[in-house]
Amino acid sequence: MPHTPTEEFFQRDRTLQPPGYTPGYKTSVLRSPKLALWSLQNSLSEVTGPVFGREELGPLDHDMILNYAKTGEPIGERTIVHGRVLDETGRGVANTLVEVWQANAGGRYRHRNDTYLAPIDPNFGGCGRMITDATGYYAFRTVKPGAYPFRNHVNSWRPAHIHFSLMGSGWAQRLITQMYFEGDPLIPKDSIIATIPDPGARERLVAKLDFNASIPLDTLAYRFDIVLRGKRATLFENKLHGN
Amino acid sequence: MTTLNYVPETGSQTAGPYVHIGLIPHQAGFDIFEKPFSNMLGGEGERIRIEGRVLDGLGAPCRDVLLEIWQANAAGRYNHPADQQDKPLDPGFRGWGRTGTDFETGLWWFDTIKPGSVVGRHGHKPMAPHVNLWLVSRGINIGLSTRLYFADEAALNATDPVLRMIEPAVRRDTLIARPEMRDGVPTYVFDIRLQGENETAFFDI
Repeated sequence: MPHTPTEEFFQRDRTLQPPGYTPGYKTSVLRSPKLALWSLQNSLSEVTGPVFGREELGPLDHDMILNYAKTGEPIGERTIVHGRVLDETGRGVANTLVEVWQANAGGRYRHRNDTYLAPIDPNFGGCGRMITDATGYYAFRTVKPGAYPFRNHVNSWRPAHIHFSLMGSGWAQRLITQMYFEGDPLIPKDSIIATIPDPGARERLVAKLDFNASIPLDTLAYRFDIVLRGKRATLFENKLHGN
Repeated sequence: MTTLNYVPETGSQTAGPYVHIGLIPHQAGFDIFEKPFSNMLGGEGERIRIEGRVLDGLGAPCRDVLLEIWQANAAGRYNHPADQQDKPLDPGFRGWGRTGTDFETGLWWFDTIKPGSVVGRHGHKPMAPHVNLWLVSRGINIGLSTRLYFADEAALNATDPVLRMIEPAVRRDTLIARPEMRDGVPTYVFDIRLQGENETAFFDI
């Protein structure tokens, strides 16, 4: 009977991740653990994770231009976002659930707690979901989100961004992040992207204008690749006596 | 010259205050998908509820947290191809769910089944029944992972390799949910303390 997962995830490189406590983002001050995390070697609980089927998703779930259209299409720059979900070895993560959400073109969220004065767009829900193909590729259509202010410092603004949730192939790969747009002058002023200390890691959250993938006379495209933790085969493992 | 062609993991960002839109839109205030995900898990086994609050460093409930659970079925097998244990699969049980803490009360809950014991890493004792928990929210820069164990599994808890690794008993105890009977449904109460006194043990998994 197999007792050991044949594949385990690489240790997470925490130097590329934001620490919990980042006083420049004030809400983190009371919501960050003060004590050290306990490092767990992978067991079945971490190498396994939920599996989702395409039949669970509707045909428009990945099309934010149409998936909440009521009386017409939403206002805003028609935008395609596409890319691959990879792991740290460069392999595509196939058949994994990708969920996205964002503000509308005016920077307002369809959310009962958002009271920003920019108007709700009656034709824009602001969320989408899809499953990567066999190569890890995903694509969705939306309108470009607007910037908006938030209560951190007196004049704090979020750059335009899209939230991404990645399920991965195992529980230890679970990740939530945000994608920004190339050239946005608010990025260097943002307190949220600044929670990541590594400049390269910040830069990798900025999607590139993918002019060649744009649809002429129709929609601009941005490219955003996402990397989840890699897996290693357990080639050699000392076996304890009596097992 | 040898080069290692690894690509670095994408950096995490907070799920923010509006995480509900993307992951549980009904709580944000609208319905959009035909088949939304939920906090009610089907499956064969002993029906239980797990519930609790998420408390910040001042002990105040966080009312905008998103939680997910991942667990084995009643026989102790995960519904995933990497789990090759010789135990029955329950096709009606994915083993996963998500929910948000209530905007008023800060309470979260899942209706699920009690998981069975899962084999440990090679050379280790079996893992006591547990539910893997992951939470994100505004103010949390990278998702926090922990485990919920059951107080009424004392014998298995005593030999669980993960609980045993956590040497200070006071920290180990933060992972034990206490049972209560609620309208005939066994309910396990599990408050998560992000910071401060009795801070929950979180894992780097």
